Amino acid sequence: MDPKTLRYTKTHEWAYLEGDLCTVGLTKFAVDQLTDIIYIDLPDVDDPVTAGESFGEIESVKAVSDLYSPVSGDISAVNEKLQTDPTLIASDPYGKGWLIKVKVEKGTTLDHLMTLDQYEKQIASEEH
Amino acid sequence: MALRTPLYDWHVRHGGRMIAFGGWDMPVQYTSIIEEHQAVRTAAGLFDISHMGRLTFAGVDALALLQQVYSNNAATMKDGQVRYGLICNERGGIRDDVLVYRWSHGWTMVVNASNRVKIVNWLTQHKAGRAVEITDQTMTTCMIAVQGPQALALCQGLIEADAGQLAYYHAMRTRYRGHTCVVSRTGYTGEDGIELIAPAEQAVELWTELVSRGAKPCGLGARDTLRLEAAMPLYGHELSEEIDPFQAGLGWAVKLDKGDFIGRDALVRRREDATLPRRVGLELAGRRAAREGSTVWRDGRIIGRVTSGTVTPTLHKAIAMAYLEPAFTAIGTLCTVDVRGKTAEARVVPLPFYQRPRKETACR
Repeated sequence: MDPKTLRYTKTHEWAYLEGDLCTVGLTKFAVDQLTDIIYIDLPDVDDPVTAGESFGEIESVKAVSDLYSPVSGDISAVNEKLQTDPTLIASDPYGKGWLIKVKVEKGTTLDHLMTLDQYEKQIASEEH
Repeated sequence: MALRTPLYDWHVRHGGRMIAFGGWDMPVQYTSIIEEHQAVRTAAGLFDISHMGRLTFAGVDALALLQQVYSNNAATMKDGQVRYGLICNERGGIRDDVLVYRWSHGWTMVVNASNRVKIVNWLTQHKAGRAVEITDQTMTTCMIAVQGPQALALCQGLIEADAGQLAYYHAMRTRYRGHTCVVSRTGYTGEDGIELIAPAEQAVELWTELVSRGAKPCGLGARDTLRLEAAMPLYGHELSEEIDPFQAGLGWAVKLDKGDFIGRDALVRRREDATLPRRVGLELAGRRAAREGSTVWRDGRIIGRVTSGTVTPTLHKAIAMAYLEPAFTAIGTLCTVDVRGKTAEARVVPLPFYQRPRKETACR
């Protein structure tokens, strides 16, 4: 997936909307900050998620962090491959390392999220 | 304002991710905790441990002061010997865990960064009237650990002395490029290796030479997973003012027969107290790590708390250290751990979790 076509949360999730299906992942910046990912806890299919609320957690050797949903809806798919190989999140954060797909209500947009440009400005300020 | 070691600029320039630790800005990792951890287990890693407090004692009453504040026996140490011990409060709780070095001319004590000021004050308070001069050399020196199966080979020719000749937990004064330094066969990783104390001005030169010899810079993240696998306690986690050395499994470092010392009376009582929680090792099912504060359960009630936990890079298992009620500390005891709201099955296992393979001693 091309980072330019994605939208971003302040908490470093990315979102990609196609029809009524929103794919959610973690940004490369977040993955680089975490390093050493050892475990990821994701919801089940059909579980509801709410924009801005935690839908799971990701654990690195160092610490545990919550994952926040960029959109509201119901889980339509979770990336099962991550249970056996969480390193996919680090090696391919915008592709094979996607986390969940959320079925959203018709008319949902990602306008409340940041563009790549805005997101890059945010992480630049976090780094300094 | 956090303190900085003489290697601070080097860390930042080389990708060290800096965090606050014990009042210092220290690198938690450079590349990856797992990579750095594995370098120490399989080759050699390099740690800036200049944040540790380095105190020297001189004067005719130095031994008397040490004996008063230190749980182990300093009087039976030989020149060049290093000994682990505790500094206790009057209640037998642990104020700090320290290494004491004996020299022909005096003593060195290495204390935890987070406890340095507290211990200096404690020593000053108890030295009253004694002929002891305590010097805090933390800011004028650096301390660097080289750890791993290749650590000693890698240090060949680095310093004037041959560190390979040092017995475990022994130290000597030697020279690095003409400057006096101390080398000891000690560490906090469960691997063979050395720790060097040198003038602060030599820190960058010594460090970069060790890097060019192939030692991999490692941060506090790997230091923590390494010490956890080796079941070495960390002050603020396994050790505190409320925990006594017997609870912590450090009774071997308490010499009740050496004469009086601060905390001794309380320790005599606490040693016999069968109600106090004890430190154990836990192995958890699954790959989620229990963290400090996770509760340990059995028969529907809390029997203890986790003090440190991780998923170990070497063993690929979730391990933890915890304090449990004494009835549940036998090896093999089953329990569960509340890992952030989810239950993980756990079992009490022997400590340490990891022990380095000992070299076969070749004949002749």
